[in-house]
Amino acid sequence: MITLSHISAAYHSETVLHDVSLTIARGELLALVGPNGAGKSSLLRVITGLLPSRGTVQVAGSDIVRLCPRSRARLLSVVPQEIASDIPYTAHDFVMLGRTASLPRFGGPSPDDDAAVQEAMTLTETWSLRQRPLPEMSGGERQRLALAMALAGRPQIILLDEPTSHLDLRHRMEMMRLLTRLNREQQVTILMAVHDLTLASQFFPRLVLLSEGRKLADGTPSEVLRPDLLEAAYACPVSVYPLPEAHATCVLPRL
Amino acid sequence: MLTTRHILYLLIPIPFALALCLLAGSSGFGLPDTATATGRALLELRLSRLVTGFVVGAALSCSGCALQAVLRNALAEPYVLGVSSGGSLGAALVIATGLSALTPLALPAGAFVCAALTLLLVCLLASRTSGYSPNTLILTGVVAGSMLSSVLMLLLSFAKTRAVHSITWWLLGNLQATSWPLIAGVAALIALAIAVLCFEARTLNALLLGHEAAHNLGVRTRFAVPCILAAATLAAASAVAVSGIIGFVGLIVPHALRRITGANHRTLLPCAALVGGAFLVLCDTLARTLAAPHEIPVGVITSLTGGPFFLYLLTRKGKLPLA
Repeated sequence: MITLSHISAAYHSETVLHDVSLTIARGELLALVGPNGAGKSSLLRVITGLLPSRGTVQVAGSDIVRLCPRSRARLLSVVPQEIASDIPYTAHDFVMLGRTASLPRFGGPSPDDDAAVQEAMTLTETWSLRQRPLPEMSGGERQRLALAMALAGRPQIILLDEPTSHLDLRHRMEMMRLLTRLNREQQVTILMAVHDLTLASQFFPRLVLLSEGRKLADGTPSEVLRPDLLEAAYACPVSVYPLPEAHATCVLPRL
Repeated sequence: MLTTRHILYLLIPIPFALALCLLAGSSGFGLPDTATATGRALLELRLSRLVTGFVVGAALSCSGCALQAVLRNALAEPYVLGVSSGGSLGAALVIATGLSALTPLALPAGAFVCAALTLLLVCLLASRTSGYSPNTLILTGVVAGSMLSSVLMLLLSFAKTRAVHSITWWLLGNLQATSWPLIAGVAALIALAIAVLCFEARTLNALLLGHEAAHNLGVRTRFAVPCILAAATLAAASAVAVSGIIGFVGLIVPHALRRITGANHRTLLPCAALVGGAFLVLCDTLARTLAAPHEIPVGVITSLTGGPFFLYLLTRKGKLPLA
């Protein structure tokens, strides 16, 4: 579904990704982990075609650079790290923006567009907020709306950049359950940059560890969440505790 | 939020307000006697000012709406990218060199060309450094505007007294367009610019979330952003060419309307064109009649009415819905 071959990318003169290669199959659930500045968000930007790179990025068999923006947006949705609080839209109008690539230039939304928006807002439990303006909402509510906007486009791939950072425990779990359900039932490919290693081990069967723009490890949580690898990536001593009853691995920094 | 039908009801009074403005003048209220040459000339003068005011007001309002969205800045207005300073310098050069005495088209042409060149320079500089990032665009526009204003001051310090008076009067802003072909030409350019902005209404809606989010939603930002900037500035530069610098219209009309119609540019832009046009015609009518026979510069009226209203909007909810 997504194939990255020898990707290197830079902001001005600072290289942020060094020769990263990665293949993500259709319907896969993958978490990108690593410290701040490891290149997680940059890698997501390369996949969306926003950050120019050396190497090739193929999404659903097409080179991302040659894909027309509307086709790319119908194929791939992005949930950003944060939604600005000053966006002057109601929740419904905001989620409808997720249909931008499908809407005609003139004329209103079709019944299918309305249905997609309602379906996405119902799934994310935001339908009751539909008339409320975004500036009056909490960070968590805006984050759920961002996911609803991504779902409204009915994409085959969803890229998420730290989407759980503003969510409380319950909504964090609900978002993860929703993502795993979409992945299981609709074969939606999910690639998520995540800081919470325990959460990553709990919900993602495959993790990719990045450090200083390089791929350090790629495998199951038990293969990636090893003290030696994590200490090399985070430059801090860690303890790793398997939690079989929670189907997770707890990673704690050592004091 | 109001429905489309409610918004249409709000727009119905506009033609009646325009008709009232046509009837009001420094010589009194009522239609001039068209049986006399003086009456016909007076009617034509009022009509040309009404049309110029409407077209300029529509241009400034739509330009303000688009720039506030594309630059994601509540204080963005049609002159933020240095268009006013460029236009002023162009007009001042034409007046100071005596070209304005040769043909009435020289002044608007000079203002328009310099305004357009300023935008081109700002866009080129901003795209080289950060690919049209809003902050870079605004900062480049402010710096370019300051530099051009300094050149204008230098020019004023060397200009003859009569030229200084003409330049100052032009800078205050007025709607005394003298020829119908000029008004028609400017109206055509402004109509083209507003049509482009309306065509890009969905793009503007997405750009309110930021350039990166708009890219992810399927907007070809590298093409759409310069296209919108060009259209917004074409509207502003055309307005500057015919009327000089008239402030506040492009700032307060979009903000006031967003509270009524919402931020969807498919509704906001046509409403801004109609309301902005009517607002400037109303201000011009006040400028013509308040201290008759003396005429107050229309820019003074827009600032004195728009400023307090803008402050009211600002203090009512603590902040504007875009910042």
